[in-house]
Amino acid sequence: MAGRPEGGIALPFAVSRIVSEGVPLSAPLIEMRGITKSFGAVKANEAVDLSVAPGEILGLLGENGAGKTTLMNVLFGAYAPDAGEILVEGRPVAIHNSADALAAGIGMVHQHFHLAPRLTVLENLLIGIAGKSGRIDRAGGLARLKEIGRQHGLGLDPDLPVSVLSVGEQQRLEIIKALFRGAKLLILDEPTAVLAPSEVDGLFAALRSMAGQGLGIIFISHKLNEVRALTHRCVVLRHGKVAGRVDHPASTTSAEMAKLMCGHEIVPPTREASTPGAAVLTLDGISTSGHAGTPLRDVSLFVRAGQILGIAGVSGNGQRALADVISGMLPPQAGTMAIAGKTVAQFSPRELQALGLGRIPEDRMTTGLVTNLPLADSMVLPRIGTEAFSRKGLLDPAAIRAFAEAQIKAYDIRCPGPMVRAGALSGGNLQKALLARELAFDPKVLIVSQPTRGLDIGAARFIHEKFLAMRAKGCGIIVIGEDLEELLMLCDRIAVMYEGRIAGTLSSADASVARLGLMMTGAEGHA
Amino acid sequence: MSAVFEQIFQVGFLAAIIRIATPLAFATLGEMFSERAGVLNLGIEGIMLLSAMAGFTAASLSGSLWLGVLVAVLVGALMGALHALFTVALGLSQHVCGIGVTLFSSGLAYFLYRLIFGQQSVPPSIDGFKPAPIPLFSDIPILGPAVFNQFTLVYLAIIAIPLAAFVLYRTPWGLSVRMVGENPRAADSAGVSVIATRFQAVILGGALMGLAGAFLTMAQFNAFTFGVVSGRGWVAIALVVFGRWDPWRSAGAALLFAFVDALQLRMQASGLGHIPYEAFLMLPFIFTIVAMAFMSRNAVAPSALLKPFRREER
Repeated sequence: MAGRPEGGIALPFAVSRIVSEGVPLSAPLIEMRGITKSFGAVKANEAVDLSVAPGEILGLLGENGAGKTTLMNVLFGAYAPDAGEILVEGRPVAIHNSADALAAGIGMVHQHFHLAPRLTVLENLLIGIAGKSGRIDRAGGLARLKEIGRQHGLGLDPDLPVSVLSVGEQQRLEIIKALFRGAKLLILDEPTAVLAPSEVDGLFAALRSMAGQGLGIIFISHKLNEVRALTHRCVVLRHGKVAGRVDHPASTTSAEMAKLMCGHEIVPPTREASTPGAAVLTLDGISTSGHAGTPLRDVSLFVRAGQILGIAGVSGNGQRALADVISGMLPPQAGTMAIAGKTVAQFSPRELQALGLGRIPEDRMTTGLVTNLPLADSMVLPRIGTEAFSRKGLLDPAAIRAFAEAQIKAYDIRCPGPMVRAGALSGGNLQKALLARELAFDPKVLIVSQPTRGLDIGAARFIHEKFLAMRAKGCGIIVIGEDLEELLMLCDRIAVMYEGRIAGTLSSADASVARLGLMMTGAEGHA
Repeated sequence: MSAVFEQIFQVGFLAAIIRIATPLAFATLGEMFSERAGVLNLGIEGIMLLSAMAGFTAASLSGSLWLGVLVAVLVGALMGALHALFTVALGLSQHVCGIGVTLFSSGLAYFLYRLIFGQQSVPPSIDGFKPAPIPLFSDIPILGPAVFNQFTLVYLAIIAIPLAAFVLYRTPWGLSVRMVGENPRAADSAGVSVIATRFQAVILGGALMGLAGAFLTMAQFNAFTFGVVSGRGWVAIALVVFGRWDPWRSAGAALLFAFVDALQLRMQASGLGHIPYEAFLMLPFIFTIVAMAFMSRNAVAPSALLKPFRREER
């Protein structure tokens, strides 16, 4: 028993184990053959083949709804495939549930973490592991946690409750959890979607270290630059089928991969030169307090008609307070704000909307719409009670429905109809719906946060084109975002927020990722 | 007023608190296990009543009090299983099913009692549990007679509190219970059966509620009446919140409620006769409401409480 933690916790995976069992190293760790899975009439996966060798990082690329998550859920035992087989180290296995998957050495880090926030790090790790003599094996768990920390540089305080961990730390805990159970193959479902750019580097370093020690990794993403930087090989899914395989992602261009994903060329939109008009939104010396996030301190900025202003910054530097002030949810402590020359007297979402403000919130599901109500209701929510959708104090269901139907058509929102539950739509379609509901009323100013977070290339491109079209029509747009390349492509000017202040504003001609990145750390101020 | 204080600081008063707290402690721990696993059990009031009746009947017919306790526990566990069947296996509304279980259990208790004992002018009674003093300990001044000269079921309740804390916080099963109550998906992906764990927790909870019922008819009143539970189940639900879903705090809450209840009993008996006795009866409940309002504002319920779990939901 020397060197092994007691209490039935599995030995750490090592390359030598595969060799000792007589299977050559080149044999795939995991092989999926001809996997087909349908939900009703929709074929989410059709005859998909995929394999991962030990030490290999496989990219699984595809647009939203291409069947990536379904395929991985089949591998992890959440869904039974209609056809096809799964082989682990050359032997066919039946995976009926996550316990089978774990036993076969497959660990998964889901997009939405499977953690209990009020329990501690260690408790989250020990769940489902039999203790010794009926008690939780704390000592064994601690030893194992330390060992994983040493092997892969993944450390966490075992006694902290998960609720105090940052998103990046929670993700690290999910990875540790998989390794804790002796995973030989780690599946990560869009792991970077929730991370700040600075956290992505740390994740990639950990993944490379794990692959270096013989683990197989499946990395799911639709971010091409990440897949090119990290993976050894990739499989592209489209409409549930394998659309192509890329053997050298690093030397393949993003355009080629994008074409495989979408089935057609993706042309980045161009921002035409324009002459901006008068200022449509002005903030003068705005300060806030009593906000859950970082408060604003003496923020002044403006955006002109026909101009896009980007707000860059590491998340948590006052962006949320800024969005809340501009959308009328947080009255400022000091300072004034004007929309189209009119000073805002009363900060309420309805008041500002009447002045010509449109808003697309950061969190589509909670502040964007009501997930359990029909889509049509969510699409008129900010304007319920206005004459467009009600008559004599009563809702006008026909008008609401007609509006929703028209927008569904105009924005190509893929859904069964206007009366479908809003929560059933994919992220890209929800974002289109939110965009449609604001743009339909020709706002003078539009404020958006993280407009394309979690969206695939096609949907993101659509959103970008709409912004540029609104800009051409003379709308002033403020885009709060963390994706600097997106901001550089869209914006005429970019302001950087740091600790609740505007650290500086650059015109797009002067801005670069490197310079903005420096300003985001507070290193450089620029007037 | 001095008469009141004199009566309060008697050994008998301390003993009364412990006695009143015992069924509440069982019921509160039972409800706590159920809720920690994510299942609100509003069937508690009815489960206690049916168990009280079943235990009393078994003891009365067989002459064995411990057989009565066993029957009460089994009936409680069975009704817990029924509630789990509706809310865990079928995923129905926990509120509606809980009220249904209470109505069904109460009705069944009345019906069976009438069927077995008929209509009698004086309700039949049994020779209930007698205090079982613990040698040496019962000789400790004040504490001895109050705590160590009680019914065996009281000792069981005192042991049940640390035991519940141990099971909940130190055993893999307890961790599973807490996990399925916080994030069932996390438990599921770790290979823990959410359905089985919830069933077990609700059944254990029902068994503890059964013990609470058994105490009422076999130690406290030695008879069954239709009002024998009289809201103790509902109080236990409030005490779980007050105790923040923690065994120690919940037991403490039960003790605090029992203190106020014992106090109002003494006040009724003392020289404050000009106040209607109903006013005193209200005191513990007013206390609970006020205590809840002030102490439980930042109490956080298990995240998955009231939420049924279905695997294939996307």
